[in-house]
Amino acid sequence: MTTDMSQRPPLDVEAVRRDFPILNRPLESGRHRKGKPPAFLDSGASAQKPRCVIDREREVEEQFFANAYRGIYYFGARVDEELEATRSGLANFIGAESTDEIIFTSGTTMSLNIVARAWGGKFLESGDEVLITEMEHHANIVPWQMVCAERGATLRWLPMTEDRRLDMSRLDEFLTPKTKMLAVTSMSNVLGTVNPISELARRAHDVGSLICVDAAQSVPHMMTDASGQHDDVEPVDFLTFSGHKLYGPTGVGVLYGRRDLLCEMNPFLGGGHMISQVYRDHSTWADPPAKFEAGTLPIVQAIALGAAVEYVADLGLDRIHVHESDLLSYAHKQLATIPSLTIHGPDPEHKGAICSFTIDGAAAEDMANLLDIRGVFVRHGHHCAMPLHEVLGVPASVRASFGVYNSRGDIDRLVDGLHFALERLVVT
Amino acid sequence: MTIEDLIEEFDDLGDWADQCEVLIDMGRDLPNMPDELKTEGTKVHGCQSNVWMVAEVKSEPLRIELTADSDAMLVRGLLSVVLMVYSNRSPQEILATDVREIFSRLGLDRHLSTARKNGLSGMVTRVRAVAAEAVA
Repeated sequence: MTTDMSQRPPLDVEAVRRDFPILNRPLESGRHRKGKPPAFLDSGASAQKPRCVIDREREVEEQFFANAYRGIYYFGARVDEELEATRSGLANFIGAESTDEIIFTSGTTMSLNIVARAWGGKFLESGDEVLITEMEHHANIVPWQMVCAERGATLRWLPMTEDRRLDMSRLDEFLTPKTKMLAVTSMSNVLGTVNPISELARRAHDVGSLICVDAAQSVPHMMTDASGQHDDVEPVDFLTFSGHKLYGPTGVGVLYGRRDLLCEMNPFLGGGHMISQVYRDHSTWADPPAKFEAGTLPIVQAIALGAAVEYVADLGLDRIHVHESDLLSYAHKQLATIPSLTIHGPDPEHKGAICSFTIDGAAAEDMANLLDIRGVFVRHGHHCAMPLHEVLGVPASVRASFGVYNSRGDIDRLVDGLHFALERLVVT
Repeated sequence: MTIEDLIEEFDDLGDWADQCEVLIDMGRDLPNMPDELKTEGTKVHGCQSNVWMVAEVKSEPLRIELTADSDAMLVRGLLSVVLMVYSNRSPQEILATDVREIFSRLGLDRHLSTARKNGLSGMVTRVRAVAAEAVA
């Protein structure tokens, strides 16, 4: 997966962009003034798909589709083989020890719910604590609130520093022998902050806690090493991400779990494929990953996710990271030219490909609407992180997030669009 | 300006960018709601930006007066369309008016996000509930 940078030239963004059909289509007139393709700056919500992913979905549907793990006929066997190849590609991509530790889910939200319900529902006890952070997305807050309420456990929040990083100086206060789970994002979906996961994992393990990482934002942008295959990396216990942020289809995601934990915890959904034996009065469970894959999987999407992983690995995460770091620094520099604009989040060296901001006197929704007219697509609102926006003291923000296909030109269009918006919104 | 004038103007403009500018201008002209009225109780939930609305029943003649505000200018423009349709109307008129039809004649149904439409429809539901109560 890792490639020596010195052997390969930097990412050719124009060539990458040609791989994404949707980014090469002029926008319809009437809604947008000029028939240009969009400047798509919302990959943090969901990334666009390269042609190889779209083709892969079509190939499965047209050439060998059948249900998985059920039929011995050619189509069924082929689907099983392709799913296992994807599982193996994913294990390799995130540094899992074995393919059995890769569970197909519908996405990060479901993956986190599985950990909260199937692990927390069995092992959390009254008096235990679950530690989350002020920068979590609702998907890594609400499932823990629910299971803590049920089990009589306490949910605690690790605060941030002024520059919107985790306040590691206060970690000892919050991470104690009472903590049974530290659930933390590896990269904030609003601030872009990249958290020191290896250190957090080590500190969690030191007090006897597990660590569950919401890696939805970081997996497409930087190397993941779930099982600590590199010398200085502490393994994590659970790790979750979605296919659609990784240039793959929607409806499929991954839960990585340490094998012994997956064996010990409860199942999540009951149904077909997750059982070993079903008797009239009880059932026994299949081994992981099947134990957590009840019902029919998103087969086509999961196989096409394999193509997305190959695509990203082929571009090279190291080259992607260099490219996106350049975009981020450029975005910070250009956005700083706009008066009254505040970027929420740390300096570029401490974050990933996300820039969220507010402008005094201009509402996020207005800016997003006016940017849309210029073909610049950004997200606005609270980004499913209401407690975080409360800390930031703003009701909503505008978020520009970048992917492999974005160029400095897209950022220029963002800045031009913001000037266009401000001319209309702010009376001089 | 009446709602029919606005529909005609939107028709002439045709382009969403120009229509957007008109809405922003209308938003700028919408009187501000006093801050003390902007409470949790007057907040319209389901909106991506803050939106507040107060519906007061006035008598002689029986009518409902609306005051609304938002921190987003375009939303203020949309609010002034809603006020144009519903404010200072009798409860019977309010109950007989379908603002969705007006929004669709303005072409706004094509340009507003589902989240924004849900926010507006939350507001309309509240106005209609006040109207229904006033005639009950």
